[in-house]
Parts: sequence; C-alpha cells; structure tokens
Amino acid sequence: MSSAVADARTDSTAAPPSEKAALAPVLRVQNLEVTYYTDLGRAKALDDVSFELRSGEKLGMVGESGSGKSTLALAMMRMIKPPGRIEGGRAIVGDTDLMSLDEDGMRHARLSKIAYIPQGAMNSLNPVTRIGAQMVDAVKSHLSRESRSAVEDRCAHALRSVDLDPGVFRMYAHELSGGMKQRVCIAIGILLQPQVIIADEPTSALDVVTQRQVMETIDRVQDEINAAVILIGHDMGLMAQFVDKVAVMYAGRLVEVATVREMFTDPKHPYSQALISSLPNLNNKGVFQGIPGLAPSLLRLPGGCAFHPRCPHGQEELQRSVRPEPVTLASGRIVTCHLYSGEAKHG
Amino acid sequence: MATIALASGVEERVQQPSQVTLFFRYLRRNKSLAIGLAVLLALVLFTVIGLLVVSPKAAYPLAAMTKQPPSWKYPFGTDFFGRNLLAAMAVGLWQTAVIGVLAGALGTLIGIILGFISAYFGGWLDNLIRGICQVLTPIPVLLIQVVVASTLDKRDVTIFTMALIVVMLAWMWPTLVIRSQVLTMKERQFVSVAKLSGVSDFGIIFKEILPNLLPFIAAAFVGQVFSAVFASFYLAVLGLGPLREPLLGNIIWSAQGQGAFFNGWWWWPIEPAIAMILILGSLALIIMGLDELANPRVRRSE
Amino acid sequence: MDNLLELKNVSKVYSRGVVNAQSTIALQDISLTLREDEPTILTVAGESGSGKTTLAMLLLGFITPTTGQIVYRGKNITTLQGKERMAYRREVQAVFQDPFAVFNPFYTVDHLLTVPIRRFKLAKSKADARNRMDEALTAVGLRPEDVLGRFPHQLSGGQRQRINVARALLLKPRLLIADEPVSMVDASLRANILETLRNLQRDHGVSIIYITHDLTTAYHISKSIIVLYRGGVMEAGDVDTVIKDPQHPYTRLLVDSIPWPNLDQRWGAEKIIARSGGNSEGCRFRSRCPAAMEICKTQPPLFRINDHHTAACYLYEKQPEVAAENLSELLPV
Repeated sequence: MSSAVADARTDSTAAPPSEKAALAPVLRVQNLEVTYYTDLGRAKALDDVSFELRSGEKLGMVGESGSGKSTLALAMMRMIKPPGRIEGGRAIVGDTDLMSLDEDGMRHARLSKIAYIPQGAMNSLNPVTRIGAQMVDAVKSHLSRESRSAVEDRCAHALRSVDLDPGVFRMYAHELSGGMKQRVCIAIGILLQPQVIIADEPTSALDVVTQRQVMETIDRVQDEINAAVILIGHDMGLMAQFVDKVAVMYAGRLVEVATVREMFTDPKHPYSQALISSLPNLNNKGVFQGIPGLAPSLLRLPGGCAFHPRCPHGQEELQRSVRPEPVTLASGRIVTCHLYSGEAKHG
Repeated sequence: MATIALASGVEERVQQPSQVTLFFRYLRRNKSLAIGLAVLLALVLFTVIGLLVVSPKAAYPLAAMTKQPPSWKYPFGTDFFGRNLLAAMAVGLWQTAVIGVLAGALGTLIGIILGFISAYFGGWLDNLIRGICQVLTPIPVLLIQVVVASTLDKRDVTIFTMALIVVMLAWMWPTLVIRSQVLTMKERQFVSVAKLSGVSDFGIIFKEILPNLLPFIAAAFVGQVFSAVFASFYLAVLGLGPLREPLLGNIIWSAQGQGAFFNGWWWWPIEPAIAMILILGSLALIIMGLDELANPRVRRSE
Repeated sequence: MDNLLELKNVSKVYSRGVVNAQSTIALQDISLTLREDEPTILTVAGESGSGKTTLAMLLLGFITPTTGQIVYRGKNITTLQGKERMAYRREVQAVFQDPFAVFNPFYTVDHLLTVPIRRFKLAKSKADARNRMDEALTAVGLRPEDVLGRFPHQLSGGQRQRINVARALLLKPRLLIADEPVSMVDASLRANILETLRNLQRDHGVSIIYITHDLTTAYHISKSIIVLYRGGVMEAGDVDTVIKDPQHPYTRLLVDSIPWPNLDQRWGAEKIIARSGGNSEGCRFRSRCPAAMEICKTQPPLFRINDHHTAACYLYEKQPEVAAENLSELLPV
C-alpha cells in the first residue's frame, strides 16, 4: 500500500487523490457556526466553516490551540456541550445532514457513519474492564440484532486491521503500550466501517517510532474501508507524510484549503506562509523563525481580518475593517484573504 | 476538548465580574449547596433571635404552665415538665451547634495533622497511622459510644463530654481522606518545582499543598459536624445525654418516657424531630454541594 | 576548574515484588561529566522507557541511583547539607514538559517567579524583584502586565510555557535540564522557546541538557547528542554527524521515522519490528534489530567511530573500544 501511494506522491506534478475516491463528496460541511456563551462574553468558536471531502481522501486540519479545529470535530459529532451551541450550518455525510437528525438518529450515526477518535483516547480506556468488553460495549446498541459471536468476529477483524493480535480482546488496558492502546481506539473507530473518521491528535503523546506505526495503521485501515479521514493536529511534518489536503484554521475560520503539495510549495495565506517558514529542516541549522504575536482571544477578535495584527500585509484599512470571505481559486484552492479577493474563479 | 484561548495580547484586559457576582452565579448552578446553606442560615437565625427573645431559663422545667398546646403565648407549646418548647428548641439548637462544631473542628484538626504527617513523610510513621485507622474503623461506633456514655457518672455528662465521645471514633475518616489527597498532591509537578525553588518540606506542606486542599478540608469538616450532630442526637434519644439540658434528643426521650403521643401532646416530640431533620438535611445538602465544588469533574456545566 | 556535575557509572534499577522480584533497568552504567567553563547544549534523545526522564530526575536529585554516584562540585549530592544544598538547588534547575502542571492552581502565575526570588535571595527589594520579573518576561516575548496577576487557567499553554522559561532566565542556573520543553506547545511557538534556550547558553553561560524524542529540534539547538534506548547508550557524539549519518541501527530507525515536513523525504519503507519479550542479556535493541548477530547476546561496549562519534554496536567491533567513563570525551562542546 504505502509504496504505491508514496510513488504517486513523489511525482513532481500535483497528484490527484487516490483513485478509489468516488466523484461525489462523502462529507460536505456548509457554513458551520458554533458560539460559546460564557460568563465573560460570546466567543465564536466556528465562523462560517465550509469544506468537502471525498471517500478515500485524507484531510489534515492544522491550527494553533483555540483555532477551532477540535471544536469543528465536536460540532460534526454534535457533541458540543453548553455553554457552546451550534448556531447554524450543515454537515452532510453521504445523504444525511447530521445537524437535522434527532437525538436517536445522531446516536445511531455516531460510529456507523462518522467516527471520532478524541485526543488522549488511549488514556480514556476503562482500566477495569477488558478491551473486548469495551469494544463490544461501543457497538452494542448499533448491532442489537447480531449474535454475540458475530460481534466478537467483527472485533477480531478490526483488531487485525490495526495490526494487533486478536488476543488483545481479552487483555486489560494497562497491559498494553501507548501505541497499542491508541490502535485499539482506532479499531473501535472502524468497527462499523464509518464513512468518515476524525482523528484528533492521535499521536501526540507517542514517540516518533510508535507515531509512525500508528499513522501507517490509520493509512492502511482507511484504504481497507475507503473512508475519508480528517486528521487534526499541529505537526506539519506529520501532515506532509500522511494527508492529501491541508486545511488551516485561524480564530475559528478556515483560512486556506489546499493540496498538501500546494501548501508546502506555494502557500497563499500569510498565516500558512508563516507556518511553513517556521518549520525546522536540516538545511537551516540555528535559524529560528516563529510567528510574531499571539493568537487572539475569541472574545475580543480584531476587527476585519482576524489575522491582520500579525500579518505583514495587514496594515491597510481594508484588512482592519472588512471581513475577508472565502474565495475559490483556479486550482480549486480556497483562501480567505483580501490579497486574493480579485482572483475568484469565474463560473 | 474545545478550549477557548483567553490569551490577551493586543487587546485590553477582559473585564472580570466581581467575586460576589460569581459566587451567586455559582450558587444558582449548585442547587444543593444553595438550598443547604439557605436552610442552615434560617436555623441559625432562628436560634439567634430565639435566644434574644426568650429567656433561656424558660427551657428548663417548671418555667411555665405544663402541657400547653401551641398558642400565641407559647408558640411551640410546653411539655409535661413545664418547659417552654420555643426556648427549649432555641437553646437545644444552640447546644447541638456547639457539640457539632466542637467535635467537627477537633476531628478535622486531628485529620489534618495525622493525614499530612502520614502522607508527606511516609515510611513507618505512615504505616503506623494508617494501621491504627484501619484497625479502629470497623469497630461499631454506636456500640462503643453507648457503652462509654452509659458508664459515665450522670453528673459528668455535659455537652463537652458528648463532643469528646463523638470525636473518639470519628477522626479516622478525615485522616484517611486527607492522607490520600496529600499523597496525590505530593506527586504533582508544582511540588517538584517548589522543591527546585528551594522551598523546605514544611513550606511545601503549608504553602503549596494545604491551600489546594481547602475544599476537601471544608467537606471533611462538614462531614464531621454531621456525624457529631447525629451521634449526639441518637445518644440523647437513648437517654444517655446530659439530661438536664434541652438537647433535641433529650426532648424526644423525655417525651417518649411520658407517652406523649398517647396523651395527645403531639407537639412535644414532633418539633425536635422536625428540627433535627432540617439540620441533618441541610448539612447533607451542603456536603453534596461541596463535593461538586471540590471535584471539578462532577461540576455540572453551566 | 571543578567539574560542575558528574555521573559516575550510575545505574537505576526498579524492582517490584518480594517473592518473584522483577526488576526493570531504567538506566545502565551511565557516566557523564559537565564542566563549568564550557557551557554547552547536550541532547539526550530516546523514546518513552529509554531512561531519559530517569536521568533528569537523578540529575535534579529527586531520586537516588542504585549504584554509582552523582557528584556536584566534588561532593556526592546525597551528602549535601544546608548552604551547599541550597547552592546545588540554585545552580541546577529545570524546565518541564507540561506547561500547566508546574503551576500551583491556588496561586497566580507570579508565584512561580516570586518563590525562587525569595528563597534564593535574588532581589534586594520588592521593586528589584518586580524589575527582574519584568525583564525575564519581556525577554521571552510576554508583556508583564498581560500575565502577572492572572491564574494559570486564564492563560494559554504557550504563555504558560514561556513563563516557565522566564523562570529559568531569572534564576540563571549553571545547568538547566529541559525535559521536552516544547512538545506540548504549538509548533509556531517552538522556535521562540528554543531560541531563548539557545541564547541562555550562548549569552549567559548556562549548560543545557535538552531531553527529547524529537530529533529535528535537537538538531537545531544542540551541539552533541546521546541516544538512549531502554536505559543504555546506543550512540553518541556530534549532533550533526549522528543525525545526518547515524551508525547504530536504532538511531537509523529513529531518524527514518522522523516526520520530515518535506514531501520528498518520506518515511522509510523498512518495516518496524515490534519488540518481542524481554531480553535482559546482551544488546538492548537485539530483538528489534534487523542486523542482529550471534555476538549481540553479550552487551556491546561503546566503539569509537571517530573523534566525535561512538556507537554501542558490534557492527563496529573493528574499532577501538571506549570505556563508559570516558563518554564525555567524545561529546563536543
């Protein structure tokens, strides 16, 4: 698997997503809005977020803490708790708009249509019950008509898909290493073969070697069930190794969506440019380049473009007072920046 | 997982509402704590006003006409011995409070001292203290209290000795609770950093760990007060309390002794019973409320 | 010139159980010498379980070695008392990984800075103390009025970690143990923090031991590197050569698995062999090594590959051996 896809990607021309991708997008997020009503004011955690994903495609979502990337995942899963509220927008998986489902419908959709592997999932495994019991528990309500042994077969198959011995079924969480626990969480995520898998920082607490193992596992698993994967993180290196498209979030807005090659060779939004140039590589030892300033508080967003105080082009009146809107460029990229508002694709 | 970056940077400081406002907003969410505190406050007011309005002497026998049902002159009625029950309730509540707070404070203090020493210094000291606690815990408290109370000379039984009897077997629980909290806190990284900053062992105990345990200590205290009040109540109901005093339990005991219900003097045992339910109920609600405060995971979202 | 801190054949073994005692070797026979007149940045790299955290705890005096000694300015640290102990505390400091855990939630963030100022008598008056705090906070890119007086949960992770580094700046220790200082911080802030640490060494003569599993940041900031695996030194030397031209199979695996932010540098196709069972004799990496040989059943010593490069692997048995005690000689400063 890896070698075929790797070859396709080292091709210098922009490579299309895996051939298995169907033509119609499997996930369509449209104008999603989430607001938090706190004691200190209103914070818009997600502001008019829209993007699309096809089966078999891998999207990397990057941004600083507080940029809204985890909120986006929670919103799609309808797991936003008060004082947060989903104010509008749609999240369509296949033919179903997740926002229009009732409680029962959404409960059914979780894990069977869209699966979420939260950050630190491996630490949330129940320490006192066996892994197998937890896996069965997760899917019991979805598979009420299947026999016990059929469910267990499914679990064994999922465990094998993540390169774990089916014997793990009978083990306890503390008997497994960090990487193994994380793969168990991935296995739970794929039990019902969802169409979309969201993995929130799946490797943040793991060392490089285990991280590589886990990412290769997600790759393989995704290939098997042809799901679309959203990888949330802030490690651009991981994105370069793994995803097809990259979406950059800043202060609750999607500021750029591009293919991974475009993002690394020619980032358009000034924030993406700053992110790319701050990456360490073997050729510039001793050069440290960060991004000046701090991410703004969502309670007190700067007027106009939220990035303008930190942007090298942000001194114009336009940036300070007018909100930029997402613009689709000729190559299919989306950028939310005043610099490109004149280049919108026609037609 | 959704975090809101409250980083200030270019903007001015976000205005914080005052402490008082935040406290009342919290009370609105934590209903147990709110109701518990409200009821307790009402009882305190009753006691304070009662003691000011009615002469304490009226709580003792032959102060008024006997066996009077509630009326304007005697709002709570009087009993067989001629005690004005309004005065009796006020004085009784006051004495219950004294026992509760005294025993509660003593028990909690012992718990803090032993719990800290045990957890922080470890070793044989820890094993010793923990061993004693574990040996004493399964002892049937009621039995021992009854035996001790009944062997005392009747003249020695005062509210203070009652408090001591109650504390005697109640200090183990706060010790163990505080010990386990300190054990966890000890491993926290801010303790390591304090060590690196040159803070001494005692400095760490008092300045770093203790302030973080205040909610637990408060909860332990209220728990101790609860046990003390309850224990003094049932000991008195059994006739083992300081009989001359109008402790709530005593009133019920004497009412029972005179067959109050059969004789139609319903107000006599009912009033102290209601008072006791209110006290214990409010304390229980406060404990539940404090539990939620101390344990942020239990804290209900706004 | 006195050696500032020395580890002499230090091992740390944890044993569990009384009847069927199982022991885990956290660190095996490590020797290191840190000189006062040559401030340097040394990386200790390894996965979890490699012993790097144990090493940090030993250097900070939080745990004692099972065998061997840790010597501060000529004296065994377990014998230090009173003034000398305070001096040791003052001169050996740390920056930890978790930006939140180092703050006592009961106090404002000022507490982290005011306590050492007070204990180590770093300021002559309240105003002097405040000045020093302001200086340190500004040096890490924070505005003092934005962070002082706030509680830890009111600040972002990046701000908190910057305050941690400011604390180190304030104390100007001789030796700073930085245990994964940027792994829980956003990528955009890492450069800033690493630069501050590098400046500490370059401008203020602070020696830094940078503990990490992230070889890319290690490459940027340090001069020399020691690669640990399950308590033993696998490879050590000049950081450029070790990362660009790793000799030990384990280091090769590590370097291969780095997620380079470069589309033309992809993860290697070599399959990762999972560790099977515990093998206590011989080379610690044997069960995962693609080049394992019969002789690897005995513990390989360090072999000298060149003046600033050594590896503990029988692939180099033709090279001269290096005694464990002399490890520091191969680390450039």
